[in-house]
Amino acid sequence: MAFTLPKEAYTGKVYSVTIGTDDNTVAFGGENVLPFHIFEGVVPNRPVIAYEIQDVPPDDWPENIQKPFETVSNDPVTWAKFCQDVLKAKAITLRLKGTHPDRQNRSPEDAAKTVKDVLSAINVPLIILGSNHTEKDAAVLVAAAEAAKDKNCIIGKAQEANYKTIVAAAIANNHKLIAMSELDVNLSKQLNILITQMGLDREKLIIDPMCSALGYGLEYTYSVVERIRVAALVQNDLTMQAPMLGDIGMYVWKVKETQASEMDMPQWGSTEERGITWEAVTAIALLLAGAELLIMRHPRAVGSIERVIEELY
Amino acid sequence: MALTGVEIFKLLPKTNCKKCGYPTCLAFAMKLAQGQVSIDSCPDIPEDIKQKLAEASAPPVKSIMFGVGDRAVKLGEETVLFRHDKRFVNPCVIALEIKDTLSEADINSKIELVLNSEIERVGQKLRIDAIALTNDSNNVSKLNAAAKIVATKASDVPIIICTGNPEAAEIVVKQFADKKPIIYGANPENAETMANIVKTHKAILGVTASAAFGGSGGGLTELSTITEKIKSLGVDDMVIDSGARKAKDILRDNTLIRRAAVKKNFKPLGYPVITFAQREDSLIEALIAAIGVAKYSSIIVLSSIEKWKNLSLFTLRQNLYTDPQVPMQVKQNIYKIGEPTPDSPLLITTNFSLTYFIVSGEIENSKVPSYLAVMDCEGLSVLTAWAAGKFTATKIAQFVKESGVENNIKHREIIIPGYVAILSGAIEDKLEGWKVTVGPREANGIPAFLRSRAA
Ligand code: B12
Ligand code: SF4
Repeated sequence: MAFTLPKEAYTGKVYSVTIGTDDNTVAFGGENVLPFHIFEGVVPNRPVIAYEIQDVPPDDWPENIQKPFETVSNDPVTWAKFCQDVLKAKAITLRLKGTHPDRQNRSPEDAAKTVKDVLSAINVPLIILGSNHTEKDAAVLVAAAEAAKDKNCIIGKAQEANYKTIVAAAIANNHKLIAMSELDVNLSKQLNILITQMGLDREKLIIDPMCSALGYGLEYTYSVVERIRVAALVQNDLTMQAPMLGDIGMYVWKVKETQASEMDMPQWGSTEERGITWEAVTAIALLLAGAELLIMRHPRAVGSIERVIEELY
Repeated sequence: MALTGVEIFKLLPKTNCKKCGYPTCLAFAMKLAQGQVSIDSCPDIPEDIKQKLAEASAPPVKSIMFGVGDRAVKLGEETVLFRHDKRFVNPCVIALEIKDTLSEADINSKIELVLNSEIERVGQKLRIDAIALTNDSNNVSKLNAAAKIVATKASDVPIIICTGNPEAAEIVVKQFADKKPIIYGANPENAETMANIVKTHKAILGVTASAAFGGSGGGLTELSTITEKIKSLGVDDMVIDSGARKAKDILRDNTLIRRAAVKKNFKPLGYPVITFAQREDSLIEALIAAIGVAKYSSIIVLSSIEKWKNLSLFTLRQNLYTDPQVPMQVKQNIYKIGEPTPDSPLLITTNFSLTYFIVSGEIENSKVPSYLAVMDCEGLSVLTAWAAGKFTATKIAQFVKESGVENNIKHREIIIPGYVAILSGAIEDKLEGWKVTVGPREANGIPAFLRSRAA
């Protein structure tokens, strides 16, 4: 029996999304094959990892993930510059956590100012996220999108409950948009359709199928991401051909495995190594399933993922 | 090619006698094609056709038992490329490399690590499954000396003897007589001799393409030629290695191997894959291993097994090998944690096993004896069950009443998860005489919460 290479012919393609301005752009997506299948198709861009920062000090983050940023995280501008200049971030995600009503309840105007300040301090592309409070985000993200007009940022997340104003703001100010739905292929598809019907160019969309951490529902995210990717490539489903986001850091640095001390959990080993590995393993799993854009926190987790991405090409 | 239902139907007796439990031979053929029934259910198929059908309906990746006794592990039997198509079947084996160049003390301490690697997670006991003893010294007596230590100290741990030298293999395999070890192994030069050794000693043969072939698929052509040759010599228990070591090559070769097996039913590559993931940097090694876990390796060899690394890899493997159709569940019940008295607190949660194990673990950590009421919500987490209307005030009230917990406790207070604080009023309305207390949102807040109440 002779061996013939069982190559796959795909009919669809993920479109490529470019963010940032002038010479400081990055692109992701664009492949016409499953993740890292460079042996059978075209993969023009590598996945991009964006460091996560927030508008208020990260006092809700566990100690081991506060530490790498402890001298800079009091101020989003200093923090952003640190990620760009010292950590060589390819992109930065600013999460406007302080606007959440249960946190500092900062106003949309305050958020807009932070966005402006951060943008004027960095060159790398910026991703601007709300606090995941659907009502508040509808106002905050509109103000943030205006403050970043024409900077070709990504804003998000637009969800079923609040997408209308956010989509309009993305269109008016020339941004890309994250559409988030809750771990369901059909919900994601539906939301993408609603959003493009409002006039947002489908090639400006990024799908967030909703992340989860290793050990806490990762298998669900993994399979939803994989199914969306297969729908895009094999079934040529035009509504599913956006690049996908893995918003990893916030899910990972919440679970017990990234926090419990070695004294309490001797069988789990070093807390610090465990946290970093937890974030990196979650990231590699989602890359293999089909995510092209990741939001991460720990510099060593990011560094190791970038090394492995390098090895995958 | 796997046979379709119609192709199978053509080979059946076509009497529609119903003895198989299906109304027609065609219905039976369809079930057989989907792997949902055994051929033996039809008593009337002639022996030669049975054999033909058995071969065609065998899983595309061969099933092999590695090792013997309690620690034996099953390899292969996989049928899909994506877990959402059905499920991944046999969780990949994780093995620790032990070099024969190490001192006796170092070998012993590595063996200790393997023997003490067990971690319990979500009710499953997870551990480093095997040892890969490598012949780095290139010296037969050194390998044999190291094998002796492993055979004595880790007598029930499945072992991979890594040597390309048939003379060494022949001697060392005797240390593991009747233990069903893997001899890794065979290459284009020594395939015949190795096959004979494996046959005599009832071992499994690890087969590798010569690394020189590399390149896109070159290694796989080579590999399939060797496995065919070995099979023709009467050995069919094999694990295969394309020679890939770089992430890119591992992903490509493992994908092509699985695809050839599953989609083309190409038997010469229908064997479990062994992946060597060893790296200087332990975190990078973890990530290379993670690629193996997600992308079709059946055995992954590591150079070190720090506890934090084990926990991450075990968890990834557990996640990806769960059945996507059925969330893991625990039985609806009132569970006792510690030795609760009629005054001990009562907490409630859903029967998703992840939720149950996290919550019961934290209650244990609190050292406050408690009752944990676990309610059947079809295996959904607290918030998912709430959103799906399965963890509602009415259902909770009914469950509490019918559970009989009122006979166990004197008080009438129930602690609910913080995420469903919104239910507290409605539960009090429906459970007369009861007080509802809202607990913390995340389970890791439970120890402090219970202790402060007990104080
Ligand atoms: C995986 C997942 C699913 C899986 C189901 C997995 C399962 N077996 O439950 C699937 C894909 C099927 C699913 C479906 C849905 N989901 Co869902 N899902 C999740 C996800 C990502 C993780 C859930 C999980 O496994 N958590 C881990 C377990 C351990 O958490 P837990 O049970 O809550 O337990 C924790 C705490 O509650 C606490 N705790 C538990 N018990 C107790 C008891 C006491 C006394 C105390 C003090 C504490 C405590 O301890 C645990 C650890 O801290 C969450 C979002 C997220 N990241 O959390 C959304 C989420 C739960 N889902 C959500 C929704 C809306 C849905 C759907 C209705 C929507 C849809 N996509 O169709 C469906 C409903 C399902 C149905 N059958 O109809 C929403 C719920 C929103 C809300 N606030 O009500 C969430 C929060 C997503 C979101 N919006 O951010 N989902
Ligand atoms: S038992 Fe055999 S012959 Fe009878 S109906 Fe079933 S498949 Fe057909």
